[in-house]
Amino acid sequence: MKLPAIKGFSLRRLGAIFFKEFVQMRRDRLTFAMMVAVPVMQLFLFGYAINNDPRHMAAAVEIREDGVFTRSFLAGLKNSTYFDIVAVTTNEEDGERMLRSGRAAFLIVVPEGFERRLVRGERPQVLVAADASDPVAAGGAVNAVAQIAQRALARDLEGPLSRLGPAPAPFDVIVHRRYNPAGITAYNIVPGLLGVILTMTLVMITSIALTRESERGTLEALLATPARPVEVMIGKTTPYILVGAVQVALVVALAMALFRIPFYGSVVLFAGAVTLFIFTNLMLGYLISTLARTQMQAMQMTFFVFLPSILLSGFMFPFRAMPGWAQAIGEALPLTHFLRIVRELMLKGADAADIAGDVWPLALILAVLAALALLRYRRTLD
Amino acid sequence: MNGELVIDVRGLTKTFGALKAVDHVDLAVPKGAIYGFLGPNGSGKTTTIRMVCGLLKPNAGEGRVLGFDVVRESARIKERVGYMTQRFSLYEDLSIQENLEFIARLYELDDVDGRVARALDDLGLAARAKSLAGRLSGGWKQRLALAACMIHEPALLLLDEPTAGVDPKARRDFWDQIRRFADEGVTTLVSTHYMDEAVQCDFIAYIAYGKKLLDAPTAEIPKKVGLKAWKMSGPGLARAAEALEASDDVAFTARFGGDLHVVGADAAALARVVQAEAQRIGAHAEPIEAGLEEAFIGLMAQAQDNAVRNGA
Repeated sequence: MKLPAIKGFSLRRLGAIFFKEFVQMRRDRLTFAMMVAVPVMQLFLFGYAINNDPRHMAAAVEIREDGVFTRSFLAGLKNSTYFDIVAVTTNEEDGERMLRSGRAAFLIVVPEGFERRLVRGERPQVLVAADASDPVAAGGAVNAVAQIAQRALARDLEGPLSRLGPAPAPFDVIVHRRYNPAGITAYNIVPGLLGVILTMTLVMITSIALTRESERGTLEALLATPARPVEVMIGKTTPYILVGAVQVALVVALAMALFRIPFYGSVVLFAGAVTLFIFTNLMLGYLISTLARTQMQAMQMTFFVFLPSILLSGFMFPFRAMPGWAQAIGEALPLTHFLRIVRELMLKGADAADIAGDVWPLALILAVLAALALLRYRRTLD
Repeated sequence: MNGELVIDVRGLTKTFGALKAVDHVDLAVPKGAIYGFLGPNGSGKTTTIRMVCGLLKPNAGEGRVLGFDVVRESARIKERVGYMTQRFSLYEDLSIQENLEFIARLYELDDVDGRVARALDDLGLAARAKSLAGRLSGGWKQRLALAACMIHEPALLLLDEPTAGVDPKARRDFWDQIRRFADEGVTTLVSTHYMDEAVQCDFIAYIAYGKKLLDAPTAEIPKKVGLKAWKMSGPGLARAAEALEASDDVAFTARFGGDLHVVGADAAALARVVQAEAQRIGAHAEPIEAGLEEAFIGLMAQAQDNAVRNGA
């Protein structure tokens, strides 16, 4: 059963290592449980807890005088679901304090003589002060305010007052929010989460592949046998393809069932991209295990992968908003390319040509990692 | 093969940073011999064995093991060597049977099931084949490890302190097994620091601070070490031992049952101090032939833990 193509390569030895690794994996109940529990936990946390379009923000209103327009405007704010009016005050101090202390995220100030000046057509000003220390939290609501004002007062400005209403723009702008019309954060997060989960669990598991053997003393015996580096590498990593496949099936199934994430693209392409990505992560972990001396070191090294992967891949923050150097680092990370592929496939229904631009970088990263890992594998104890 | 020599290496040297772990060691081990490797901890025994089986690349030196070049053909050597590491190196989370099967497959053996079944029978572990290797006691682990490194019927067996931490009965059984292998023509290189293991060997090489200081057939070792010995018997030997140890002419004293053996390098000086002490306490003293035990204790006493002195 020898493959003649590669000198000394033995499929039987590879099989022996694969099988042994598989048995050990099956016996390590805790790790096995982690491989299933971590994806589910992350999916729930990220899927349900994170929202980039926050609604129902606490707003304080400072009113010097009441009136029909003021009330319509406030009702409009409330109905937009962006704002919950938590306090109404006439005191300048109170409003400021609420904003500063964080009890309110917005302070809306309706000035004295608002109603009168509005009717006179003097275009009085309403101040909306937002707590922009968290730009994402403030962003959606701030953008919505102008439109809310316009729409809320449209009904009140009738008859002789209709001249105060908004003049239509000389042309119409039609905006299509494609692929995620409702702007649901989970549509963006959950497919990306698939990549994050695969990166975290697979890199971590394989990063200890060799260090565990050397710490337990079994590597010395393994090195004393005729096993070749390439056989050890493939034999020790491939069992985890199955783990990755289980995780993918689990996450995709939950994503579709719980978050109603659409899946427009080709399942075959998706399976191919996932396999490529799983291989890349396994190689990355294996490379770490050839570099680290102990399991502890290996774990620490994986964090050097996780941190940039999560921050710079476009998972958490928009990739195009990052400066050039950060984008360059991002392009070198497997997760960046996988995220694009998965989002394009699931949400956009992309075809093979659409994702090709991210498939070849992923393949290139895989080839480089595998070559480095083979170079680093020590056939001796030196 | 190079005549009858299974291991024939010269000038093996290995340095780790500034530390010269093995310094120009020559080894000539004939086929079927049990070759004992003696020396204190940290003296370079393990490093030498690892170089012989290709686990470490020597910084200098050359030679052949089983007819293959020790530096360039380590892959071929690995196929025909059984190496039992100092520490248990099988998988504790695999069963006894799975461990043996794994090793057998790595050597691409035919009839894996048959071989493993036979090995389990020989071990007397057939009934426990499915229990995890990690649950075995020290003695059983060591027997399993030996079975694992013999499963591919190697021509050369390298044993690195194989019976450390194993009870005397198990140790004796183990050596009976090694002797049987030797009778079948298997060559064994074994490192140890137990005297009862050293006496089992056909040849003994003594190594300290990475240098081989002595290498001879076991029977010739006492003469090579060149110690003289006296046997004392009678009352008050404990205090006599203390007094004698303080003398410059005495290398060491050792109890053998009720007797006290006093050992030194200079025959005349030794005779003088022993007779004087015997007269003083009223004990009986007579000169004896210094045996392997005396030689062994003498060697071990000369060089304490090498690792301590090297600061490694």
